Amino acid sequence: MNYEKMLSSSILSEKLKMDTMDCFEKYKPTQKQAEKIIKKIEETYIKMSYEAGEAVGVVAAQSISEPATQMTMRTYHTAGSVVKQVSLGLPRLIEILDARKEATTPIMQIYLDPEHNNREDATKIAKRIKETKMKNIVLEDVIDLVNLAIEIKLDTSYLKDLQMNKEELIKLFNKQIRGYDIKIEGNRIELKSKKEEVTIRDLQKIKLKIFDMRLRGVSGIEQAMVTKEGEEWVITTIGSNLRKVIKIEGIDPKRLFSNNIKEVEKLFGIEAARNAIIKEACGTLADQGLTIDPRHIILVGDMMTIDGEIKAIGRYGVAGSKRSVLARANFETTVKHLTEAAVNGNVDNLDSIIENVLINQVAPVGTNICDIVFKPKKSKK
Amino acid sequence: MTSVFLNWAFIGEVKNPKTLVNEIKKKRRSGKISNEVNVYHDESLDEILINDSSGRIRRPLVIVKNGTPALKKNHLRDLEKGKIKFDDLIRKGILEYLDCDEEENAYIALRPQDVTKDHTHMEINPLLMFGLSSSLIPYGEYDRGDRVNFGAKMIGQSLGFYTSNYVVRTDTKSNILLYPQTPLVTSVSYDVFKLNKHPAGQNVVIALLTYGGYNMEDAILINRGSIERGLGRSFFFRTYQIEETRYGGGQVDEIKIPEKDVRGYRSEDSYSLLSEDGLISPETNVGDGDVLVGKTSPLRFLNRGEFLTGIQNRRETSLVLRHGERGVIDKVILSETQNGDKLIKVTVRDKRIPELGDKFASRHGQKGVIGLIVPEEDMPFTESGVVPDIIMNPHSIPSRLTVGQLLEMLSGKLAALEGRKANATIFNGEKEADLRTSLKKMGFKEDGKEIIYNGMTGEKMEVEIFVGMIYYQKLEHMVANKIHARSRGPVTLLTKQPTEGRANEGGLRFGEMEKDCLIAHGAPLLLRERFSSDDSIMPVCEKCGGMGVYDWRKNKHFCPRCGKSKIKEVKMSYAFKLMLDELKSLMILPKLHLGE
Repeated sequence: MNYEKMLSSSILSEKLKMDTMDCFEKYKPTQKQAEKIIKKIEETYIKMSYEAGEAVGVVAAQSISEPATQMTMRTYHTAGSVVKQVSLGLPRLIEILDARKEATTPIMQIYLDPEHNNREDATKIAKRIKETKMKNIVLEDVIDLVNLAIEIKLDTSYLKDLQMNKEELIKLFNKQIRGYDIKIEGNRIELKSKKEEVTIRDLQKIKLKIFDMRLRGVSGIEQAMVTKEGEEWVITTIGSNLRKVIKIEGIDPKRLFSNNIKEVEKLFGIEAARNAIIKEACGTLADQGLTIDPRHIILVGDMMTIDGEIKAIGRYGVAGSKRSVLARANFETTVKHLTEAAVNGNVDNLDSIIENVLINQVAPVGTNICDIVFKPKKSKK
Repeated sequence: MTSVFLNWAFIGEVKNPKTLVNEIKKKRRSGKISNEVNVYHDESLDEILINDSSGRIRRPLVIVKNGTPALKKNHLRDLEKGKIKFDDLIRKGILEYLDCDEEENAYIALRPQDVTKDHTHMEINPLLMFGLSSSLIPYGEYDRGDRVNFGAKMIGQSLGFYTSNYVVRTDTKSNILLYPQTPLVTSVSYDVFKLNKHPAGQNVVIALLTYGGYNMEDAILINRGSIERGLGRSFFFRTYQIEETRYGGGQVDEIKIPEKDVRGYRSEDSYSLLSEDGLISPETNVGDGDVLVGKTSPLRFLNRGEFLTGIQNRRETSLVLRHGERGVIDKVILSETQNGDKLIKVTVRDKRIPELGDKFASRHGQKGVIGLIVPEEDMPFTESGVVPDIIMNPHSIPSRLTVGQLLEMLSGKLAALEGRKANATIFNGEKEADLRTSLKKMGFKEDGKEIIYNGMTGEKMEVEIFVGMIYYQKLEHMVANKIHARSRGPVTLLTKQPTEGRANEGGLRFGEMEKDCLIAHGAPLLLRERFSSDDSIMPVCEKCGGMGVYDWRKNKHFCPRCGKSKIKEVKMSYAFKLMLDELKSLMILPKLHLGE
């Protein structure tokens, strides 16, 4: 049976055609059945598509923001859980739509390749990823005011865990802290300046620098937890650093996920960012028990990424890049847009909705999308 | 070391916080230091806060020592006889006032029988935990906290007999309930606050029943017979005020019927209610826009010597009844202001008979508006022929858990049967078990249910219905004060758009979000129509894109800027035209390019 030929003449989108093809190959319908199925799909497809002139943007905005108003009060807390509180609900949604550079709670999901898909390897990788700073293993710190030195007492058990020895530690210190003599005795470290004149403020600065020294792990990853999802072992991290993590052996780079959209865009490109926006927004709403037609969110995702870079929904992003001066002035920072337009001598062609509502003309949406295109012949007189 | 703070200011440290605290308490109780001093030991922060500042809220409690309250029977006897006063008890160290901080250190027993060795204080009466309004709620301890709060709020909104000299008072706005009753189910607070002299509600027979569904979503059905017998009737008084002011330059206002050549003269008809002195007489019926006091004032911004000859050198500034109100003139008071100007106060009285949409509430936060006024013959009746005044929807009960209201109904029913008042003071009310046995003795079902017949069909209802007596309040939110609609009406000068608010006969705004809805529906033509309240046709110069002007002499439009008369008339919202003008004033020149 040549299903492909039958489908090629249909009006369906490529994706739908592919999906139907897969189903046909699985169930092998007869010619008649297949025709019937295609017809039914086409009917539904047409029914589901928007008519010309439908104000999809406004409908999307309303469909997302109405349930969002109900979200405000419903923030639930999980008591006693090891997992750090993840920002969700309305704050998270705003974060996504505002296209913030940094997510308040960046999270990664790291899947492993088949060879490393076991508990031992997962925990090993998790330990490798987790960032340990000096301040995590410091027991006691003193600034000796008489000798002008810094004394630090370390928790040696941690050092053992990190498989770090004295030499390595000294190497690290020499690399990061310049101009100081380092003495290590047991679990005590003593730093003394090589210079004669050292102020206490300098010492304080150096102390903070020492505290911030990274001993092990990937920078930015505060926590890494190993969980089991079905048959698979997954590492969930707090903090995100895709660029470093993707190089680590044993992980599955194809399924590596971070909720930090800007980071996804940088590493994987704008298409991935679009998908990340849609996935994150849908996920946040679904977590709150709200169901929205995903197409509304897809539209938002498309608008945010249409230029090849992520634009926020708002003054500096999507709304700020409208063509019409009046439409922009109507939204926010009226004066800025009007003066700019005056300086540049901009012309507003009044061809979109808001401008026409503003001067009270019939806006080109819905029933007014159609127009008579007829040029009467000029009478020769 | 424990830090010690005096009025939140650090004053020092002590080694033994307990000794300091106990010493201060001891001295205060013995009267050596003022009883207004309170001391609080915060053990978690290791701080002592001593406070004697003003503005703290404090409440009296009985001191308990070694498991026995200091207040004895002989104190009460002496109090009753008038031998001692409340203040004496405080001076003697029997009672003391605690502020909210010191209360944290106290362990307070509710009743004498609860007192143990650990207790430091005992309530004088558990009712004292409540405020003025919330202590009025009968069986309030059976209601959920939020409902008590709502109930207390609504008691404050109820209409009643708030003063007995309302006949001579001139409050700008006041309400008086016509047949107020003291509640059948009361609490001691009513006596304490003398509210039996100022009741604000009526006792009604109430049934929990849906009866047709006009009482869904908290609405109530009300018996027309009861309304006609005076249930929920009230007076609404509004006092208007006008002065005969003297201005500089010897000009004065004049209170009299305005002459016809006055600027802004109304029709002759509007002044027909006034007597010769320009004042309206008491007991005349007045309606929308009637003049209460006729007054003329001198023209504004008119310098001396610049008098217009004859006609129109005064303007009309009469006192007019508010838009949409009506009533009867209750009293007209002639007086004078501090400056010696003539002052007139006119009080208008409006009788408000309960109507669809008026708000009523019980004392348990169960509010509702009238959903239907049922003719008495259609109301359901009990076996013995009792017809309820109000039918409340039973769905209001389970989610709100106002058990206090159910108990009030039961208790009110018993009180009515026995011809007495029932005591339902919070924590000290008559017990439910007693109510049940007494009801049974009176020949009624102990759970308060009744066999009910449908008033419209005469059939017996399949289930028994809970019927009782309850105290109901009419609240000050009446539809007569709120109803508002307009088709055409006044517009603001600046934007030519409709005015705002009920008082100004304003329009109802079709706002931003409503606009979005019409766009979402793809109905731009309807949207244009909605927004055309300030439509205007503007002459626009085709050449320079500026606004044109109309030349009356030549009966022609022309452009004042380029002098051409190539003018097209363009329809736009006046607000847009105004915006263009404002842009010009900001040194931005907008131009309109005209197309087909």
